Amino acid sequence: MSERKIRVLLAKPGLDGHDRGIKVIARALREAGMEIIYLGLRQTPEQIAVAALQEDVDVVGLSILSGAHMTLAPAVRERLNEKGLTDVVLLVGGIIPDQDVAELQKIGVNGVFTPGAPTEDIIATIKKLRP
Amino acid sequence: MPATTPKPTTSVDKTDWEEQVLGPFMEKNPERAKRFTTTSLVPVERLYTRDDLPEFQFERDLGYPGSFPYTRGIHPTMFRGKLWTMRQFSGFGSAEQTNQRYRYLLQHGVTGLSVAFDLPTLMGYDADHPMSAGEVGKCGVAVSSLADMETLFSGIPLGEVTTSMTINGPASVIWAMYLAVCEKQGVPNSRIGGTLQNDILKEFTAQKEFIFPIRPSMRLVVDTIVFGTRHLPRWNTISISGYHIREAGSTAVQELAFTLRDGMEYVEETIKAGLNVDEFAPRLSFFFNAHNDFFEEIAKYRAARKIWAQVMRERFGAKDERSTKLRFHTQTAGASLTAQQPYNNVVRVAIQALAAVMGGTQSLHTNSLDETLALPTEQAVTIALRTQQIIAHESGVANTVDPLGGSYFVEKLTRDTELGAMDYINRIDAMGGMVAAVEKGFPQREIQEAAYQYQRAIERREKIIVGVNDYQMEEQPIETLHIDHTVADDQSRKLRELRATRNNSEVRSALDRLRKIAQDPRANTMPALIDAAKTYATLGEITDVLRDVFGTYDEPAIF
Repeated sequence: MSERKIRVLLAKPGLDGHDRGIKVIARALREAGMEIIYLGLRQTPEQIAVAALQEDVDVVGLSILSGAHMTLAPAVRERLNEKGLTDVVLLVGGIIPDQDVAELQKIGVNGVFTPGAPTEDIIATIKKLRP
Repeated sequence: MPATTPKPTTSVDKTDWEEQVLGPFMEKNPERAKRFTTTSLVPVERLYTRDDLPEFQFERDLGYPGSFPYTRGIHPTMFRGKLWTMRQFSGFGSAEQTNQRYRYLLQHGVTGLSVAFDLPTLMGYDADHPMSAGEVGKCGVAVSSLADMETLFSGIPLGEVTTSMTINGPASVIWAMYLAVCEKQGVPNSRIGGTLQNDILKEFTAQKEFIFPIRPSMRLVVDTIVFGTRHLPRWNTISISGYHIREAGSTAVQELAFTLRDGMEYVEETIKAGLNVDEFAPRLSFFFNAHNDFFEEIAKYRAARKIWAQVMRERFGAKDERSTKLRFHTQTAGASLTAQQPYNNVVRVAIQALAAVMGGTQSLHTNSLDETLALPTEQAVTIALRTQQIIAHESGVANTVDPLGGSYFVEKLTRDTELGAMDYINRIDAMGGMVAAVEKGFPQREIQEAAYQYQRAIERREKIIVGVNDYQMEEQPIETLHIDHTVADDQSRKLRELRATRNNSEVRSALDRLRKIAQDPRANTMPALIDAAKTYATLGEITDVLRDVFGTYDEPAIF
């Protein structure tokens, strides 16, 4: 029997061009058997939400290393919710100070990963949240 | 003085040693690993001897510092003459806040300024553009017009300090604003010194802060080189950068090869624009990373000087010896720092900085311990600067030139690094040059692959990162710098006021002139950019004119 693969949309919102992390993660998730849609750099929250809807994804992963996460991550969650994607898992990775992690979880970010997080933890989190 | 040279104490050769000493020892004491590798995953042997350098001749292959090919350094006395410039990259929040940080750094012994701009500035957007939401003042200072540039350098005599500006896509626009501030301060062109990063090729391969397509982007770079050559004799119009290539995950050899090949591309394009190589090549400068692997890094800097000297002389026919000397800035590797146990980063930075100094850098930025968490606090910046001062004054490494020269290991690594880089350079030549290689995605794919292999090595624990995949512990968060939203609001208010109070018909006619100049590929854009900056046309307005004329670049989203 063939199971439906977990579908993950990865994107870099805002202006930040640091894409080393997201590309390593894209490859690790693909090798873990997931379907990856990488939108690329400088995506607006609206573009990300539209793509999430069109691609029928289970998970949206954002990478933000510029310090703009408290503006961009909530904006993506809002746009997802507006499109009825309240059950889509939202993960954020990047340079996120400890005090912001709890705040992000409150506004509906389901997981936050900071530098040094092993890709296997990210894979495990996705599998747990989206069995 | 001894009358005779000491007699050799041993006659054992390498084969005998392996059989009689090493073999029996290893039977009882196996090594820690089957394979030892550098940070770039290059194998490292147990021991290096004369046998590893079979054809090595001191005079031919190494030579003396201050002499071609400069493997041992570009100056005959190196740091015995003058220490490297301690240049700490900084910028955050508003121009006022950053101006205060600069004054603090200058009071504490920093000898050159280095401006970090925020992302809207780096991407050519004003602070009140929708794409700037959440980014204003976050990872650098917000500069949207000449008014901000004036505030940034208020009270700092620009004829006496040199300023490095890390900006690429809109580099020529920001430089135009800086030159306008110098003019207002009454500093003559002959005294204006500093560096513009202005290396657009590595944006396409690594840092990804591009605005226009690659070919018009190259034209803007060449315009600045030509303008600087004619008018600003102390300005480095480009800092050809491997730093970001390495941060994006490349190996040391890739960092070296892609950077030098980028440099060759700029030389070729500038010669095509009508300059003689010796007119501009002495002002080309480089910027490398200092990563964790001490010897690999030192070998990289030594090989860099050697290759560049040979390329400039043989490939470009440079006659002026200054054209053949590779001068470089170094920054310790941001990507090597850990969010876990951040105080350990002080030690990493010290080792990396030591490698840069022993590799003969001309200037150095040491990262702060808290940079994987946020922009650095004043205390963290001070420790980073003190690290350089301790190396300079206490470690003793600055007292002799190229202290590792002649080490079997370092000479072998230098040679291997050179050969590895030359192999890449030849492959890129065969593709038709760096622009063509970037358009094919070649360096991008090579870097991505190396980044992935490095991550796998960490996750398999083939590489141990202290505090990350070994020696972990429970920790308390440390205090970090927080940039609040008021910076964005203030910046937007200042822009509204500026647009209401400046002479808008002057702005419009300056922008119209710029458009005409940009449309003519034979014209140099710099004079029109300076004129536009002086009318207080904003960064966004000026960049929009260029976006209209040149178009924008969208990277194919591949991984």
